[in-house]
Amino acid sequence: MSNIEMKEKVILEAKNLEAWFGDFQAVKGINVSYGEKTINAIIGPSGCGKSTYLRCLNRIHEEIEGTKVHGEVLLEGKNIYDKKIDVVDVRKRIGMVFQKPNPFPSMSILDNVVIGLRLQGITKRSTLMETAESCLKKAALWEEVKDKLNSLGTSLSGGQQQRLCIARALAINPPVLLMDEPTSALDPIATAKIEELMNEIKRDYTVIIVTHNMQQAARISDYTSFFVYGKMIEHGLSSDIFTNPKEKQTEDYISGRFG
Amino acid sequence: MKLNYRLIRKIKNQLFMLVIFLSAALVLIPLFLVIKYVFQEGASSLSLSFFTELPKPVGEVGGGMMHAILGTMYIVLLGALIAVPIGITCGIYLCEFSKSKLSKTLKLTVDLMSGIPSIVIGIFAYLMVVVPLKSFSALAGGVALSIIMLPIIIKTSEEILKLVPNHIREAGLALGLPRWKVILFIILKGSISNLLTGIILAISRAAGETAPLLFTAFGNMYLSFDLKKPMATLPVQIYTYAISPFKDWQRQAWAGAFVLMVLILTMNLFARFLLNKIKDKKGF
Repeated sequence: MSNIEMKEKVILEAKNLEAWFGDFQAVKGINVSYGEKTINAIIGPSGCGKSTYLRCLNRIHEEIEGTKVHGEVLLEGKNIYDKKIDVVDVRKRIGMVFQKPNPFPSMSILDNVVIGLRLQGITKRSTLMETAESCLKKAALWEEVKDKLNSLGTSLSGGQQQRLCIARALAINPPVLLMDEPTSALDPIATAKIEELMNEIKRDYTVIIVTHNMQQAARISDYTSFFVYGKMIEHGLSSDIFTNPKEKQTEDYISGRFG
Repeated sequence: MKLNYRLIRKIKNQLFMLVIFLSAALVLIPLFLVIKYVFQEGASSLSLSFFTELPKPVGEVGGGMMHAILGTMYIVLLGALIAVPIGITCGIYLCEFSKSKLSKTLKLTVDLMSGIPSIVIGIFAYLMVVVPLKSFSALAGGVALSIIMLPIIIKTSEEILKLVPNHIREAGLALGLPRWKVILFIILKGSISNLLTGIILAISRAAGETAPLLFTAFGNMYLSFDLKKPMATLPVQIYTYAISPFKDWQRQAWAGAFVLMVLILTMNLFARFLLNKIKDKKGF
């Protein structure tokens, strides 16, 4: 169902990944590989386990009480669920942007971007300033905030806040960036800005994005996976999935007959 | 008939309004009377020397309560020094590990603690500090007041930290930060002014307590900053002066009551002001 030919080098791979909330199994046996510097979309109806699946990829799912995860996630060949691996190191290499913009309260725009580095012990001002500038530029926010870096992050508009969160995630320079419906709380203009910047950051990062918006998936992603009830129904090149899906369920979903 | 029915309904409505209004007034009246009376009696007995002088020997007119004012500050600060770190860490524990067994026990203990009569806390501090050290002391007073403050600080800091939405925690964790750094540098830092409000409320509550200080800090008639010696405090000084037979002392007790009340009201109002400012800012 999912093993397709890929020209890129594999960076992240899920093997028999399963996840539970208590007794409820939300993710069922996912096998998939993600190529380096690609944008991968995950689509599917609400409650199909796509967010939970995404949250397993940086081990944030386990932060909720009563949850468990089985299977493997290989980052550059190493299982991040290995007992010898420190979860903190995993999350430094796999960043995340959440559905709701969540800049840290009572922190300036600048502090929001560099807090990750600063708390990792990097305190040199010039390094922090350089990182902040380059990340805010990548997140297409620099021009709008360069004159007010010291105002509160929460004082920005929703779309700007979300781009600030992207800059914050990029600041620790993770090779993989997970995005959990990053534009669902934003208006079309803010959404367009984020889609635009995703095309830019694709040059340096691998992006896995959960989205409710199929047009968005078709517009920005190289590969698309379709989830239903915790299972991956189909995975392939986005151009194939949206024009010529192999599975009946996928076709029904993208043509709007179900979901 | 129809009109009559309407009239009865109207009267019932009015009656109910009246009852609500009266109960609200009933609460406000004693409060205002207390404030008015203390202001009247206290402000007239107040003078600069009250703040700058020590008590005069019995029979001599004048003197002040400088030692008690400073003593109250000293002991309350000492209590806060003990209670704030413990209280905030307990609050963090209750908020971040709310499902654990220890957490549930702690929660129950805190609820019970806030219900313990303050005189009992005084006896406890007497047994734990005064008896082993063989002397009434400022330290014992500080310990007693810290026990008064603890449940308030724990409760407020737990509530305040619970206000921080979970996605803020997750955002911190997703940056590859260890949990303790997320709690300390993101959650706690973001709530610092809220926490301060809780601390001020706890301090203002403890500052007015008399019973726990009666047989811990005990009181004296001179200026002392010795941790191991008895120390005067405003509430105890007021108590001593108020039950004395000397007119001048009784007058000073009123002045002391006035100063104590203003102190506590100011702290309370300041805490409320902080709280409102936070709400306006809508950090989260």
